[in-house]
Order: sequence, then structure tokens, then C-alpha cells
Amino acid sequence: MSQDFRLDKIGMVNRNKKISFTFNGKKYFGYEGDTIASALIANGVHLVGRSFKYHRPRGFFGVGVDEPYAILQLERNNERDPNIRATEQEIFEGLEVKSVNCWPSVNFDIGAINNFLKMFFPAGFYYKTFMWPPSFWYKIYEPFIRMAAGFGEASTKHDKERYEHKYEYCDLLITGSGPSGLASAYAAAKNGARVILAEDKPRYGGSLLTSDVNIGNQTGTEWSEKIITELKSMSNVIVKNRSQVFGYYDHNMLVMSERISDHLPKTQKYLPKQRLWYIRAKEVLISSGSIERPLVFGNNDTPGVMLSSAAKEYMKVYGVLVGKKPLIFTNNDSGYETAIEFKKNGVNPLILDTRKEPSSDIISEAKNLGIEIKFSHVVVAAKGYKKVKSADIAKISDNKKELSNIENIECDCICVSGFWTPSIHLASQSGNKSEFNEKIDAFIPKKSKQNENTIGSANGKFTLEETINEAFDKGYEVSNKITENNNKVSIPTVVEKKSSEHDKFWCVPLPKGKSYKRFLDFQNDVAVTDIELALREGFRSIEHVKRYTTLGMATDQGKTSNLNGLQLVSDIENKVVPQVGHTTFRPPYTPVTIGAIVGREVGKHSKPTRKSPMHEWHKKNNAVFVDAGVWLRPRYYKQGNETLFEASKREAKNVRKNVGVCDVTTLGKIDVKGPDAAEFLNRVYTNAWLKLPVGKARYGVMLREDGIVMDDGTTTRISENHYHMTTTTAQAANVLSHLEYYLQLVWPELNVNVVSTTEQWAGAAIAGPNSRALLMKLFPNTDVSNEGLPFMGYKEADLFSIPAKIYRISFSGELAYEVNVESDYGNFMWEKIIEVGKEFQIQPYGTEALSTLRIEMGHVAGSELDGRTIPHDASLEGLVSKKKDFIGKRSLSRSAFTKPDREKIVGVVPLDKTTSIPEGSYIVKDPKAKLPNPKLGHVSASCWSVEYDNPFSLAIIKDGKNMIGQKLFAMSPLQNKTIPVEIVSSHYVDPEGKRVRA
Amino acid sequence: MLYIFCPHCGSRSQNEFAYGGDATVKRPDLNNEISDQEWNNFVYLRKSPRGKHLELWHHISGCRQWIKVERDTSTHEIFKTYKADELIE
Ligand SMILES: [Zn+2]
Repeated sequence: MSQDFRLDKIGMVNRNKKISFTFNGKKYFGYEGDTIASALIANGVHLVGRSFKYHRPRGFFGVGVDEPYAILQLERNNERDPNIRATEQEIFEGLEVKSVNCWPSVNFDIGAINNFLKMFFPAGFYYKTFMWPPSFWYKIYEPFIRMAAGFGEASTKHDKERYEHKYEYCDLLITGSGPSGLASAYAAAKNGARVILAEDKPRYGGSLLTSDVNIGNQTGTEWSEKIITELKSMSNVIVKNRSQVFGYYDHNMLVMSERISDHLPKTQKYLPKQRLWYIRAKEVLISSGSIERPLVFGNNDTPGVMLSSAAKEYMKVYGVLVGKKPLIFTNNDSGYETAIEFKKNGVNPLILDTRKEPSSDIISEAKNLGIEIKFSHVVVAAKGYKKVKSADIAKISDNKKELSNIENIECDCICVSGFWTPSIHLASQSGNKSEFNEKIDAFIPKKSKQNENTIGSANGKFTLEETINEAFDKGYEVSNKITENNNKVSIPTVVEKKSSEHDKFWCVPLPKGKSYKRFLDFQNDVAVTDIELALREGFRSIEHVKRYTTLGMATDQGKTSNLNGLQLVSDIENKVVPQVGHTTFRPPYTPVTIGAIVGREVGKHSKPTRKSPMHEWHKKNNAVFVDAGVWLRPRYYKQGNETLFEASKREAKNVRKNVGVCDVTTLGKIDVKGPDAAEFLNRVYTNAWLKLPVGKARYGVMLREDGIVMDDGTTTRISENHYHMTTTTAQAANVLSHLEYYLQLVWPELNVNVVSTTEQWAGAAIAGPNSRALLMKLFPNTDVSNEGLPFMGYKEADLFSIPAKIYRISFSGELAYEVNVESDYGNFMWEKIIEVGKEFQIQPYGTEALSTLRIEMGHVAGSELDGRTIPHDASLEGLVSKKKDFIGKRSLSRSAFTKPDREKIVGVVPLDKTTSIPEGSYIVKDPKAKLPNPKLGHVSASCWSVEYDNPFSLAIIKDGKNMIGQKLFAMSPLQNKTIPVEIVSSHYVDPEGKRVRA
Repeated sequence: MLYIFCPHCGSRSQNEFAYGGDATVKRPDLNNEISDQEWNNFVYLRKSPRGKHLELWHHISGCRQWIKVERDTSTHEIFKTYKADELIE
């Protein structure tokens, strides 16, 4: 294989392991440790994408998270991942990537016509164009914008990868393993602090990997390797690479995304693809470094124009040349390091330095190496369309306004350095108000807001000596606050050649008669002229300029563009940058996958699934399950080809005719205990509780303070000071919180304890005319006759030597009992009931039949107690005590709740006795009335009455009491149905309640 | 995510707690004559201060105790937390 741009003797990739991958369908080779970017550059590929707006050719601009250009789409194991930065993604065998935002191909892109129409795409183009007429929006504008928008395509398939969440606590979190991160981690770890050191790249060391420095008589790389090795061996330290701390949240919680398997062909067994860390740190040291700033000149987005630090890293880390005829364009010493590295690898660079007469050790070294340097020189414009072919350069006057001696120079890359911008994002997210530092022309953090400190170049320290000293000191200082070990390590000596002075120059003026596009934001194609236009049109606030021009709004969040944008605004407005201010930094610092954010909480894992102890039996007996809150409950038990309708009818009929059994384990159960338990219940429920005898159950309704029904259920007095409360399945958790609220905060003087016992009891409701006969066989030693166990009675009994509790309560309107045993015996109980019940024609019934039975009896449930109804509306006013006070009572006398035509529950039967009424239908007087048709109320629940063999519904309608007997209409605009109905009593079956007392 | 000090359990993440509103609201005594206006104030009217606020949190996935938390509503700073029976006038 030939890699024309690969160097032999330099780089950290593994030359012993060749890796093949495809880019836009073509196969390439690289080495283990390459990124897509380094491998493509090694193969001489510089055209990888098209820009967002003008579809201009795009190459590589950086070498890491700041990359604005090389956004690709990745295919891995038939899964698609858009928005991959080629500068971060490591290659693996079989990797497939392709360009985005271009059609039909990156080489020939139709959308590039926008580039020639760019006079029609100025700032705010979308806001100005896609406005009128409104009718154009849906069919013309939106499809157009959708077609034009976005990088890559998200997969529509289910993501089969596993993502995990992890919670971690530490004394000190350090974000970035450059010189300041390593030094502070080392100092803190040696002082006994529990440290997490996070590095977003695969290799530790940050700038030490590429700079020519000496720490403690070792090269930067050697020193960082030594420190990392020692940190990894310490039990109080967690070191993580490929891990980006992207968000700083309240109370010192930071979130980190760890890419565990993204660089591998396949996610390893027992490992997730990515892991999201929630880290609660006592202290945070932000050592996130800085990002090189571009210089602005004509066509500065041409492929081949890139950051000088990136060019250096491609050489030193990957052994890759970004060009063989490099032009270095710099306003500070950083460009010289790159030039020297080129020279050392046999390539002759030309340096253009905007400064007039700079001097430092590194400039002398460059001169001594014979590198050609032109001072007071700039690049005016890059030439070449898909790759830099040459550059127009010029001498610039001392006042930086006039260009002279313009000449064309052949080159194949332009490495730019406009000094450095500290990455203050995390500090800013923490709430730290940054300040502008004139010396470095950039913002640095000011006063700590939470427990965070920023160190190194992120804090504007650009000499290694300052950085190392500050980091060792801070690492010791913050760790000592926590450990008080007073264990200080000695600080190594540092040798560095470059100075940290820079020229305040950042934007090359246009030569007379030229109108080159000079770009600020490379991903969103925001040029100098766009900002100028926005300001001419009256936008002043930097936040508005940002949104109008989209400067810094792309996936790279303006890491390379923000400061130059601010410079431009302040230049035009004749302000200084701090007056302009900067836009807000918000998490995430780099894009985070939705998968990582969601973690394991996908599908059935998004909440716990609760199953009753009888679940396996239901499954074996063809139960079709339904989600009831977090519970899975049998909806019906399918026999043969039965439909839901047929099965539920059969099951409900069997309850009315013989006997049925229903799993009611899911009902909320709360133990209420204590000498004041009766008094407490008396205040919680609307009805009277003080005189309930031991061994008796009572139905109760509880309200919220605003008078709305909160829940209902039966509560049984087990012994003198012990009550067993049941709640609906859905409200169980809320009711417990409600009770705790009153006991702990409102009436702490009541001596009562409450605890949830839902999980402790398995419950079976046995209902139907044969239920007593069945009970007599199940409990031969217990008197379950009407006298021995009357309606609303309670008895403890033994079920084949298992302790059981029998409650004679009914939700179906039939003679019914509820049997509870400890959960572990649930299945035993169930099987015994089925076995013994055979001779009584027992059948299990599900929630659908359960609903049918309760609806035709007129029993209210969740669909009636929907957070809008008071007791009167649900015909529960008989349970509201006039004599005593209780929670919510005072609200019931509010005028809205006492109006004579207040809504009330009624029954609804279709006149044709065959058409089922959709739930949610409106009840109206005149179906042809002018819209909006005044509604009397709505249908809350519908069923097929097995008693009368016709449809029956419950509805809550205005003045319901006086509507009985009226002929009205049920309308469902949703299903386009209008059904003539008659209003009847909600107690459709056995209105006198004879059966339950039988 | 807030980090709340439960006086019974220690510092725990916010996702163990449920918010319970203004902790200074006092329920009118039972069996007391009370005007519509007063009752209305109790049931519905809440201040929404910017700054220090004494509020209720329920340690729902922990000890299940209701606690009082003094928190700055704009900065989320938590000054102090109290047990349910503390700070009662
Ligand atoms: Zn607690």
C-alpha cells in the first residue's frame, strides 16, 4: 500500500497493525491508532464534505473536538451514526463512513450551486424568505428546508446497542489530561484525594504529546507517560480516556460521556457501547486546555487551510504530513513549532508572521534551521477549489490596514495560528462569569461559582512553567481542603522555547477590488459580510447576531469561530470585546448520543415492570396482558380464536352466572397502625370511621384539599389499632405520600404509622353466585355463611394450612370475596382456587371483564375519578359526612361545587341497543347544532352489558340527575359517529344491591 | 441535579426526592369556621419568590420523611435543611 503522506520515523500509531476501511465506498488503509482524518490525510484525501449553506468543499480544519468540517456518517454493524467527527473517530477494521450534505457525491455536488447564488443567501435568508404566504409553509417551504437541512441521516431502526449510566462520587474531578491536568491529578492523588481524571482523546498528555518541551529532564511525552502510569496504579484514582466531560450542572454534578466501544469493530461482550457518568465531585479542576484560533482571510475555508497545531499533531501523533509545500501563517510563536516539525521531517515550510520584529528562542531556532520567514506578511486569499493550490500573500503595513507587494505563492496547505482561545465552557456552565483578558484577547474564568477552579491554558496560562506550577499548587490546595494530609510533592523544572506573546492581528483586509469570502464560522458558512449585514440591519446584542447569522450555532458550537465573530462585532461597533460580551455556553460541550442520554431506560426498561406472584400461571393459561400503571395484568384469557370482545364477554358472563376469579394483587395496600388510627382515617376519608368494629370493612372516599376525589377503596379494621387500607392500583403511591404528609407535617400529634404492604399480599377476588359454595370448600373450618361472614365482613382463615385473610367485598356487584395470602403463597392459593372451583364452573377473568362488571353496576373507577370530579359528580355524596370535618370538606361548599345543575354520573344506552358508544364521546342535545356544539358532558367508560346483552356506558353530564329518561345524542367527532341514546340510571344492574348481600 | 441533605439520611441526589411546595403554608385547623377567601388562599395561592424559599421535599426513595429545605430559587443554593417537626411557629 502506498501512503504518500505517511512519515516513517514519527508518530504513535501502531505500524504493525494495518486496518482497512471504506470512505464513500472506496477502500483505504491506515494503522491502528489512526483517526479517519489522519488515515485519509495519509492517503492524500482532503475533500470530505460540503459546507452547510453554500456546499463549498470541506477538508480537515482541526484534529479534535473543535473540528467544524469533517462531519461524517458512520455505518457499523448495520447501524448508522450521523454527526461523527473524522478527527475524533478512530478507524477499525471494516469501518464504513461517508460524506454528508452533498448530492450526488462529495466531488460533484449539485447544492454547490448555492455557492454561486450566495448573494441570495445572506444572513437571515431563511427568516426573510420563508414568511409569506402562510399557505406556502406546509407544502413548499418546509420540504425545501428539510431537504437542505442537517448533516447526515439518523437511523430509523431500533438501536440494538447497550448504553449504561453510572453514578460516581469523588473528591476531585479533573477534566483533561494535558500538563495541568496531569500535574494537578498527581499532586492531589499523592495527597490522598479520590481523583477522577478524564481525557476526551484516546491518548493522555494533551499538548505534551506534540510540544518540544522538557519537564524534570524528560521529554513532555515521557513525563506524561510516567505520571499516567503511576496514577493508574493508585487505588484512589480513576483515569478514563475517550471520556468527555460535557456538562457542569447544579451542586457540582458533572456529566461525562465515555466512548467504550466506538473505536472497535464490535461492542465487546459484557461492555456497553457508551457509558454516561454522573459525577458528584467535591471539587473540580477544569484543565480543558485551549483551542487554536484561526486567522481570517480570503477563501480561508478551502480544504488544506487548517490550524497549525493540527498540522503538528498529525505529524507528531499520527506520522502524517498534511502537505508537502506548507505555508505557515501565524501571529505568534505557535506556528514556528509546526514549521520546525515540517523541517525536521524533510519538508520546507514558509512562515508568514504578521509581527514586524518578534524574537524568541524558537524563532532563532527556526532561522538556524534555514526556514524561510517573512515578517509583516499575511495570506490575502487561498487559491484552489477542492484543495489549496497556491496563496496570494502580501506585505502588511504597520497599522495593519494596507496591503502591498501582493504575489502568488505555490503551496498545498496553509497552517494558521491566530493564538489560543481558552476552553472556558465548563466554568461558564458552572455559573462562572468570565472576564476578557486583553493580553490573550480571550475570555478566561473569573470568580469560582461552584467548587470549580480552572487551570492551565483554559485559564489563560500559556507558558508551561506557569501551567505546571499552578497545577501542582492547585492540586495540592484543593485536595488538602478535603484530606488534610499535608502531603506535598516537589514540582519539576521546566524548559520551553516559545514565548507566549502574540500579535493582536486577526483579520486580513480585502485588497482593493476583491470580494473574497472571509469565513468566521466554517460549519455554518458565516462570513465577515454576514455579520456586517446583521449589524447594518440593526442587530446589536451578540445573542441576536448569533441567532440571525447562525454564527456558532452549528454542531461544533463555534469552538473556532466565536471569538473572531466577537472581534468583528466589536471592531464594527467601535467597542471593546468585553462590552460586546459573549453568548452563553450551554451543555453539552460536544455532541452526545441520544443512546447515551437514554441509557438502559429503553422500552420495557424505561420503568420497572411489576408482576403478581401468579404471573406465570396467567402466562401459561393464555393471558393477554395489559399495562396497568407499572403492573402487567391479564386483560383476558384467550380461548381458541376468541377476540378480546368475545373473551371478556364470556368471562364477565361466567361471573354473573357461576363464579370467576380475578388477580387483584396490584391493588395498593397500606397498613395503618397506632392508637389514633381511627381518628386519622376519620380525617382522611369523607365518611365516618370512628365506630367501625374490629373485623369489618368499610368503603371510603378520600379527597384532596380542593374537594376533588383523590381515591377510593375499602379499609378493614384488623384489630383494635390496626387497619388494612386498599387503594386503586394507579393511586397507591400518591395515597401513601398523601397520608405521610398529613401525619408528619399537619397532624404530628396523631400517633399513627403507615407503611405500604402492596408487595406483601397476593390477592384473588372470587365473584359470582357460586362464590360462597367455593369458599366453603376452600375453607372448610371457617364459617363463611351470610351470618358468619356478612357483607363487608372480614375473617382470618387457613387455606390448606396457609394463613389467609378473607374480605367480603365486591367490585362486580355479585356476591364476592377477596382472599389474601402472603405473596409467596400467591400461586399456591390461585391454583387451589382454580382446582377446587372446577366443579363450580370457575373461570379466571381479566381487567376487561372486571371493567364490564363494574361499569354495568355503576361503580366509579379511574375514568370517572379523573381529577375533575367531586363526590357528588360520582354519586358518592351519600358517603360525605355532614357531622365531621375531613380533608377537602371546606372546598365542597364552594359555589361552583354546589350549583344545582352540577355534573353527575348517569348511564347511557344506545336506542338501537347495538351500537357501542366510543369512550370520550360528547353528550349533546342537538347533533346538528351550530359549532361549537354545547356539550352536556362526556362518556367516561363503555362496555357490553352481559346482563342485558346490549351496549352500556357511563357518562358524567350536567344536571345528570334530572336527565334520566331523556333522549340525547352521543357524538364522537374522532370516529365520526352520532348515536341516539337514552339516559338511564348509572346503576344498570341490581340497583338495590341485593346480590352483594345475598 | 440538586444535592439535598436529608436530616435523616445525609446528602442524596434530587432524583430520590419529590418536591412538595411551600413549607410555610399552614393548614387551617379542623372544625374551624373559615371564610371562602381564607380557604381559597390556603388551597390555591402560593408565593413564587425569587431567592430564599422554604419548601417541602419528600424523601420518597429514601426514608420517606417529609423535610424542609431552605433553597434559593434562582441559584439553587441550599442553605439549610430541617426535619418535618422543626421550624414550627
Ligand atoms: Zn431521608
